[in-house]
Amino acid sequence: MGLLSDPVRRRALARLVLRLNAPLCVLSYVAGIAWFLALAFPPLTQRTYMSENAMGSTMVEEQFVGGDRARSFARDFAAYRRKSGALPVAWLERTMRSVGLEVYTQSFSRKLPFPDETHERYMVSGTNVYGILRAPRAASTESLVFTVPCGSDSTNSQAVGLLLALAAHFRGQIYWAKDIIFLVTEHDLLGTEAWLEAYHDVNVTGMQSSPLQGRAGAIQAAVALELSSDVVTSLDVAVEGLNGQLPNLDLLNLFQTFCQKGGLLCTLQGKLQPQDWTSLDGPLQGLQTLLLMVLQQASGRPHGPHGLFLRYRVEALTLRGINSFRQYKYDLVAVGKALEGMFRKLNHLLERLHQSFFLYLLPALSRFVSIGLYMPAAGFLLLVLGLKALELWMQLHEAGVGLEAGGGPGPSAPLPPAQGVGLASLVAPLLVSQAMGLALYILPVLGQHVATQHFPVGEAEAVVLTLLAIYVAGLALPHNTHRTTAGLHCPYQLLTGLPVGRHYGTCCCTHRASWAPAPLCCSAGTDRPSSHTLGQPVPVAGATGGTAVDSRGLAALPGGTGPGCPGALHLRCPALPTAGPGPLPLLAALLECALLEVRSACLKHSILPSSGK
Amino acid sequence: MAAAMPLALVVLLLLGPGGPALAEPPRDSLREELVITPLPSGDVAATFQFRIRWDSELQREGDTDHYFLRYAVLPREVVCTENLTPWKKLLPCSSKAGLSVLLKADRLFHTRYHSQAVHIRPICRNARCTSISWELRQTLSVVFDAFITGQGKKDWSLFRMFSRTLTEPCPLASESRVYVDITNYSQDNETVEVNPPPTITYEDVILGTRRTYAVYDLLDTAMINNSRNLNLQLKWKKPPENEAPPVPFLHAQRYVSGYGLQKGELSTLLYNTHPYRAFPVLLLDSVPWYLRLYVHTLTITSKGKENKPSYIHYQPAQDRLQPHLLEMLIQLPANSVTKVSIQFERALLKWTEYTPDPNHGFYISPSVLSALVPSVVAAKPVDWEGSPLFNTLFPVSDGSSYFVRLYTEPLLVNLPTPDFSMPYNVICLTCTVVAVCYGSFYNLLTRTFHIEEPSTGGLAKRLANLIRRARGVPPL
Repeated sequence: MGLLSDPVRRRALARLVLRLNAPLCVLSYVAGIAWFLALAFPPLTQRTYMSENAMGSTMVEEQFVGGDRARSFARDFAAYRRKSGALPVAWLERTMRSVGLEVYTQSFSRKLPFPDETHERYMVSGTNVYGILRAPRAASTESLVFTVPCGSDSTNSQAVGLLLALAAHFRGQIYWAKDIIFLVTEHDLLGTEAWLEAYHDVNVTGMQSSPLQGRAGAIQAAVALELSSDVVTSLDVAVEGLNGQLPNLDLLNLFQTFCQKGGLLCTLQGKLQPQDWTSLDGPLQGLQTLLLMVLQQASGRPHGPHGLFLRYRVEALTLRGINSFRQYKYDLVAVGKALEGMFRKLNHLLERLHQSFFLYLLPALSRFVSIGLYMPAAGFLLLVLGLKALELWMQLHEAGVGLEAGGGPGPSAPLPPAQGVGLASLVAPLLVSQAMGLALYILPVLGQHVATQHFPVGEAEAVVLTLLAIYVAGLALPHNTHRTTAGLHCPYQLLTGLPVGRHYGTCCCTHRASWAPAPLCCSAGTDRPSSHTLGQPVPVAGATGGTAVDSRGLAALPGGTGPGCPGALHLRCPALPTAGPGPLPLLAALLECALLEVRSACLKHSILPSSGK
Repeated sequence: MAAAMPLALVVLLLLGPGGPALAEPPRDSLREELVITPLPSGDVAATFQFRIRWDSELQREGDTDHYFLRYAVLPREVVCTENLTPWKKLLPCSSKAGLSVLLKADRLFHTRYHSQAVHIRPICRNARCTSISWELRQTLSVVFDAFITGQGKKDWSLFRMFSRTLTEPCPLASESRVYVDITNYSQDNETVEVNPPPTITYEDVILGTRRTYAVYDLLDTAMINNSRNLNLQLKWKKPPENEAPPVPFLHAQRYVSGYGLQKGELSTLLYNTHPYRAFPVLLLDSVPWYLRLYVHTLTITSKGKENKPSYIHYQPAQDRLQPHLLEMLIQLPANSVTKVSIQFERALLKWTEYTPDPNHGFYISPSVLSALVPSVVAAKPVDWEGSPLFNTLFPVSDGSSYFVRLYTEPLLVNLPTPDFSMPYNVICLTCTVVAVCYGSFYNLLTRTFHIEEPSTGGLAKRLANLIRRARGVPPL
């Protein structure tokens, strides 16, 4: 607070920030990245532990033995499904009823905005089948969900078989305190979303569906299963949900407990657990897993049907049976026992899962990074923005002070002499444009694979999106190549007729545009900036027809480009289209400029993937 | 029904003027009954009824004053063994003789559905009601599950159900009977067989349909003496098909819709599956004050059209004092689903008002539906005293309809809950912020500012000035 009252100290700090800004920014950025990479190493990753009392200390003995039954259910299901070509609703209803469940169906339909890739159709309609196992003598206030999504191809039959066998086993037990809903959905996530919306009687996605006949109170937790073979080598667990939402860490801990208890091989992001955390190998593998998880979350796509449950505050995860070429395999009984154990422990829950973390990163199944430890990394990265903003603000402030001190504002401010354009000044723009060209040429094809794997985009879209991303990233490239050409520190020095603090619009425009490739930019407009005298500072207010720059401060945009890029012709600012007499908003103008460039660039580059096909 | 019904403890207090304070009531006329009903799913329902009447000296003064009518629900309570033991102690033979020997807790609580009740009411002894008797009626209904208790077998016997058989009637009982529903048996297809074969049958209209019962009278000495005990057996000749059980004319479902912790909607679905008869239903809802109901959002729709209730009584809630009370008389069109929905906002409680397990959620009591449901078969008015006790469970107002009271399921609603481990962190953070801000602002506000002369310079300058002063030259 001494800073507020003591101008001397404040000035000293300002000077420090101004002088050391670039090193500070770099340091902060590097620190952020380094912190993030260090997250996978033991002092920052902690062992996971069960926080929930009700699930931690209780013992459960799994008694599921219905492996044969599960396999025969799966065979029947697959056969009926092949015969009918869709979900065998009647067979499912009959079977679920025969194992003693209360069975209901729900039909839904949804008009897709784009035709789906396999069948080229817009309208998708299907039927969900679910059976409720009512807990004896309880009032149906709480429930658990076990869901198996069935897509259009004939996978996941074994999961349906296991679901039915587990339902038959669960039905014979006396200890259930919560109802269990066994849900088989058609069309993967579409069906799951339709069912969830109908269960909660909301319509978020414009789905048409029949109302549900049977309900079982508030859903406490859900487990989704995907299994396409009679034997598995490992179980993969997916936690990332819609928009990167995560389930409570206790649910994952529960899964991990039963993985260990049953001796199952469990993986996260398809990666095995590193055993040795003391050497470098373990943490490096952990880092890989962690980065994959961040990527999955960044895509915002649910990484399994569980992801849709999270929106409704239902903790959920998806288990996937993986059958690879490993020697040792587990049969359905082992998977069934793990599921039985999980359900029995979830049945013990007194409250919703709330004790453990909701925000975490996972380098391995048994290790986690809590939000308190990964936020500093993000903080360091964001600090760069703060420092930059502080620098700009302080520069403005100092400039104002300097102008007042320097004999008052006026067009008679001393002008820097116009310098000749040296060859050296061309190096930076040339480098930038070459690098940009190279990036545009290589990155879309390289990034296509990664993008289609992790993000919900097609291959052609991936290329276009990568191009867009490169251009957006280009906005952050060096802006101040004009510094050498015009010999100006900052263009606001030219805008002497304007009050301090109103220059940002012009500042941004000249900065931003100066690197942009001239042929792309300038071809679009008619207002050639070369009409201004080279190197001659023109008051921007005058350039727009004498209108005073008002609080919008952007009227200067279309024409006010002269001073920023005198000298080299190829560094001309784009002539933005002036649509009408009214000034464009800053954002619109910038976006339009960027889009124009992108569009013309895309025309050239989007040919690549289609010709590749 | 094999489906588990909502289970709630409902207390209906009928306080007359002047509480009953009687000395040594002469007990008499115990009647006990067990009704066994095989269900189409293979499960079996057993209902015990015990009725005791005694005369009292108490005189009733006029009618029941409705001012004293109270309605209370404990939706959270689940009936368990601790409720059964005191209930059994009210029986004259306790669990020593008669039908009550079958009341074994370990079997009764291995069932799918369990409901027990105590009713006490005054009964007029004569037509002019000059003197009254008191009636204590205890009922216990359980549904045995073929999947769990029967280990998949669908044949039942008393021994299999209760691990006991009947040996003697209660010596105090004036009537002790076992009724077995053999409606399906008496038809042609003969799906159920009962052993020993019944000697007497009884026909009645229950819940609008005609039922036939086999009657076993324990007071009939021949019944017990033949085999020393009575072990009733039910055999399914043709195993029942796995098909959806028949739906009753009136049933209801209740749920909370919406997601998130700010708003929600209470929806009640009322099903009238009668093909051509519409009937009115009285819906009573009591909602705790911490769900703030928006009464203007109350909508009642049947078959896509708005259904205007013929009567609405609404008593708004008062915070921490009184719940919302909403009572409506709704006409249910034939073969329709009526949806009654009302939006609410979840209130923030004071931090001491949360239950010890706040993340479990808060219970909302079930709605109560009272209706006169049209019956399929016209029932003739019966002599109340002569007919079996279970008959009076379903009172018939006139021949064409019967009275039903339904309770929907209770609801579990999550309220916005603070993180109760947070106060420590909050206190630390708040104290730090207050200390830093307060200290520096106080410093700024109380400081007096004055213009300072330019400083006399650094140490070197000061030294130089000293020397200059010594030399008699003006200082720098």
